[in-house]
Amino acid sequence: MKSLEELAKIRERMLSKIALREGENDIRIVVGMATCGIAAGARPVLNTLVEEVALQGVADRATVSQTGCIGICQFEPVVEVFENGKEKVTYVKMTPEMAKRVVAEHIKGGKPVVEYTIGNAKI
Amino acid sequence: MIRAHILICAGTGCTSSGSETVKEALKNELDKKELQDEIKIVQTGCFGLCALGPIMIVYPEGIFYSRVTAADIPEIVEEHLLKGRPVKRLIYNDPAEKDAKADEITSLNETAFYKSQKRVALRNCGVIDPESIDEYIAMRGYEALGKVLTEMTPKQVSETILASGLRGRGGGGFPTGRKWQFAAASVSDKKYVICNADEGDPGAFMDRSVLEGDPHSLLEAMAIAGYAIGSDEGYVYVRAEYPIAVKRLQIAIDQAHEYGLLGNDIFGTGFNFDIKLRLGAGAFVCGEETALMTSIEGNRGEPKPRPPFPAVKGLFGKPSIINNVETYANITQIILNGAEWFASMGTEKSKGTKIFALGGKIKHTGLVEIPMGTSLRTIIEEIGGGCPDGKKFKAVQTGGPSGGCIPASLIDIPVDYDTLTSMGCMMGSGGMIVMDEDNCMVDIAKFFLGFVVDESCGKCTPCRVGTRRMLDILNKITEGKGEDGDIEKLEELANTIKATALCGLGQTAPNPVLATIKFFRDEYEAHIYEKRCPAGHCKALAIYTIDPEKCKGCSACARKCPVNAITGVIKSPYVIDQSKCIKCGTCVDTCKFGAISKK
Repeated sequence: MKSLEELAKIRERMLSKIALREGENDIRIVVGMATCGIAAGARPVLNTLVEEVALQGVADRATVSQTGCIGICQFEPVVEVFENGKEKVTYVKMTPEMAKRVVAEHIKGGKPVVEYTIGNAKI
Repeated sequence: MIRAHILICAGTGCTSSGSETVKEALKNELDKKELQDEIKIVQTGCFGLCALGPIMIVYPEGIFYSRVTAADIPEIVEEHLLKGRPVKRLIYNDPAEKDAKADEITSLNETAFYKSQKRVALRNCGVIDPESIDEYIAMRGYEALGKVLTEMTPKQVSETILASGLRGRGGGGFPTGRKWQFAAASVSDKKYVICNADEGDPGAFMDRSVLEGDPHSLLEAMAIAGYAIGSDEGYVYVRAEYPIAVKRLQIAIDQAHEYGLLGNDIFGTGFNFDIKLRLGAGAFVCGEETALMTSIEGNRGEPKPRPPFPAVKGLFGKPSIINNVETYANITQIILNGAEWFASMGTEKSKGTKIFALGGKIKHTGLVEIPMGTSLRTIIEEIGGGCPDGKKFKAVQTGGPSGGCIPASLIDIPVDYDTLTSMGCMMGSGGMIVMDEDNCMVDIAKFFLGFVVDESCGKCTPCRVGTRRMLDILNKITEGKGEDGDIEKLEELANTIKATALCGLGQTAPNPVLATIKFFRDEYEAHIYEKRCPAGHCKALAIYTIDPEKCKGCSACARKCPVNAITGVIKSPYVIDQSKCIKCGTCVDTCKFGAISKK
């Protein structure tokens, strides 16, 4: 280690990796991963979300976690976004492609993807 | 891409309750379900709640599982990790708040055990992987060393530590900054930085937890100390009985070398510092600083008179500083957050936080870190959960064999250096052994004195002979052979040993006896004059009697009695011949009518 910059670089690189353990991020992205969700394809959605959150550099603000069956099995895979002080947003019939857009526009851009939400999706 | 971290405690407590097997089972199960690339297993240091081990935390949710066995793993993986439904029956629920929210999942930091705690020295224990220098760096590791080397003069470092009010956590409570200043002022071609990791008090394991859970914080702090006093070499003296700690320290030292955080020209500033490990064989006296240094030098661990103090003439005759593990664990935080931050915690003369190892008759055995000055009541009742089985709290022994006991009547005192010292106790390294109504205080004094007798190195007469004479008297008392004047004889011996013993071990050895006499003199008197043990603990003094009202005369006890001390006629009450009775208690276990009692 020859300089403080090197140390800072390692720290920078590691921070995103352990941010998961802080558990106090502002945004929580929750994927329904009960039997119904998994059957409808929630696992690739979950994995895409985790990847995208890291790729788009929002890991310090958002965590991805799972939950059980929300009760609307016919709309699975369901993804819900909880943000402090805001109404929760429920996305339905998600696919990995849709997940990418949600991370880019909603999580990073702050604007929910209205056409994917439960009230507006073409089901 | 990793989406979840599972932290499994790999401290000594959880390892002995089987966390290694749990980890293996988890690894296999993750492979089986093809989750190995999504979920990362991290082995961490001690979480503190050792009574509930093996302990496991799943992030990002922060679900805290306790008493996990390998058999629980398939369920956790299937339900929680795959389907996102935490396994409720394994989640740690605060017994005190169980009624209020039986169904809700309590967050770890809201449980009574953690709520009142403030983790400074233990900040990384149970949070990072102690075998990964990268994770330590992510938690601002080695930033303090960088700051010290590039922005501060050695003098400023010592001054900052002094201003923070940090006092030695190993027992004596000497201001750490002052110690550093003395060593810095000594002129010599060579100086040493020593870490005392020879934690020997029965029931104390805070240093072990830091070594096992956050070894880099110790190395970093020693390098900072080296810069402050002008030393380029450090020694960690750790006992061989801490194999996990030794292994992780060695890994940490190797990693720091690889990154150039130990060695030559650290951060390109021209500062050199290296650290070596020395293993002790587990003699209690080697925790005494002069004996420890003698041991590092390769000699038999015996203390030397002071002065000269180590800061003037220490290891290999060179100026040295010697600090305890927990003391070092605070250093980087003081450098990063400032002396004022540290001084804002605690009481007027005892700053910061202190780790205590709770043990004995207490529900939550484990490690707690709290601000200095927290009341004993908070520690015992709130954090520790009180005595198990509804027994009454009687006293707590602080400072191990060098300390004393605090009776239940003083439970509201603030715990800091000066309050404890004024009561004839000692902060010591921070062991707290809790006793309930079933513990006999004379027996407790006997236990600690017996420990000192075993561990006395024998160099000076007061300690070698004096403590043994005291133990003889205590044995006499607990065997029912105590006589008038024994208490006074104990006190006289104790005061002589305190005044004349060579080192800290001998000087403090009589403390448990003096403190128990001070607070529980009536128990000593009951043993001596009434030949009675009020707690019913001392076997030789117990009296077994048969209640003639309850006895049906079945003769079961008489037939079981190994010495035929029980006689009588069938269908009328039996009696125990006290002169024959060997107090084995078999009759009590045999009686179906509860007619036999022990007093």
